[in-house]
Amino acid sequence: MTYKAIVIGASTGGFYALKRLITALPDGLDFPILVVQHISPNSDNFMAKYLNGISKLTVKEADEKEPILPGNVYIAPPNYHMLVEEDFTIGLSTEEKIRYARPSIDVLFESAVFAYGAQLIGIVLTGANNDGAHGLSAIKKAGGLTIAQLPSEAEADMMPQSAIDLAKPHHILPIDGIAKLLTELNTNQKK
Amino acid sequence: MNSGIDDTNQTINIEIDLILDAIFQKYGYDFRNYSRAHVKRRLLHRLSSSHFKSISQMQHEVLHDPMFFQEILKDLSINVTEMFRDPKFYLALRQEVIPLLKTYPFIKVWHAGCSTGEEVYSFAIVLKEEGLYDRVQIYATDFNRNVLETAKKGIYPINRIKEFTANYQQAGGKQSFSDYYMADYNSVIFDQSLKKNIVFAEHNLVTDSVFAEVNIIICRNVLIYFNRDLQNKVFSLFTESLINGGFLCLGSKETIQFSNNAPQYDILNPHEKLYKKRIV
Repeated sequence: MTYKAIVIGASTGGFYALKRLITALPDGLDFPILVVQHISPNSDNFMAKYLNGISKLTVKEADEKEPILPGNVYIAPPNYHMLVEEDFTIGLSTEEKIRYARPSIDVLFESAVFAYGAQLIGIVLTGANNDGAHGLSAIKKAGGLTIAQLPSEAEADMMPQSAIDLAKPHHILPIDGIAKLLTELNTNQKK
Repeated sequence: MNSGIDDTNQTINIEIDLILDAIFQKYGYDFRNYSRAHVKRRLLHRLSSSHFKSISQMQHEVLHDPMFFQEILKDLSINVTEMFRDPKFYLALRQEVIPLLKTYPFIKVWHAGCSTGEEVYSFAIVLKEEGLYDRVQIYATDFNRNVLETAKKGIYPINRIKEFTANYQQAGGKQSFSDYYMADYNSVIFDQSLKKNIVFAEHNLVTDSVFAEVNIIICRNVLIYFNRDLQNKVFSLFTESLINGGFLCLGSKETIQFSNNAPQYDILNPHEKLYKKRIV
């Protein structure tokens, strides 16, 4: 299976988890990464700028209609849902919060399933709610690869645990293990 | 499994094309150039909470039951907004645009896609505090008649007031926010004098033409739902409607940068998406 994209959802403790994961990934990554991190509606794009400065990948806050390119990391802007359009561009929406969240992990994951089908990798990281569980389940149903952070390692275990309970993901791994798996998949894909 | 999801998805996409065509032909509302992921999400959400088995079945109902169409119309229009949404935008408006507007003897304002009116009253409050309200004419338009009715009333659920008040303060509000509304058990009603110079009217950005010649257009988080072609069309409509030196105010993630009309504007504030039409 060749994969076309990675989607990641994170909430409480997500900033540190994403920092560890994204800085561990090599440059020349063959897929784009789309990230929803739950964040205050009025925050600025500090996280994208910071991660961009310390990682080998290009990390940016997503703009509407922006083409989704391999090797880039797109962070959902505060107070907007981020969707994947089927022509592989970014869609943004201000529709109501889903499970108290905007951006919502489920909204990103479910739209990505329509765009990428089975060629999608979904990852649920640390968080203190159950956003992402339905989305990860949808990815699994479509034949994509599903991963949850090892709850005992997560700063908040509820979100990965909810995803594990509902989606029964293929892998349950600590951050280091997720980084290693993605790096291997990337290497195999390039062969 | 892979081909299964792709096949289902292809069928859904055909069904969406057909239902949007049906809506346009029967009712004149044109969602065909809306951002597809959004339309799909809303239609599938309606489907999952209904007894219908497919979007095709919903299409039959849309054509034969105007009441059901109203439900779909509600689904397809996003009416989630708040007062002083993005407080920094209103602060920039107050500091960078208002001083320039003050140089005009009379000012026309157009809120395009005003939804339930929260942002219309927000700007009306700014205009009042800046001593401009008595020389403005405000047009607030939307294609959805139901949201306009809500906008006209100026009544909002009381549980949103805390958030609105915090926004108002961060937006550089000069008074106590409670000066502008009266609270009832479950709702607040906004100062009716704020409505004096506002005209609420039906207008569809997709299918209607120039509305009026205005000094400032505020259209926030509407264009994100349109594809590039439709965005271009609406930017042309705005450019025709603005006087030379007039202001265009967009949502924080919207830009005129990729439009054919971009050369006709100067960027006043790149973060808050404030543009000024060039004087030619």
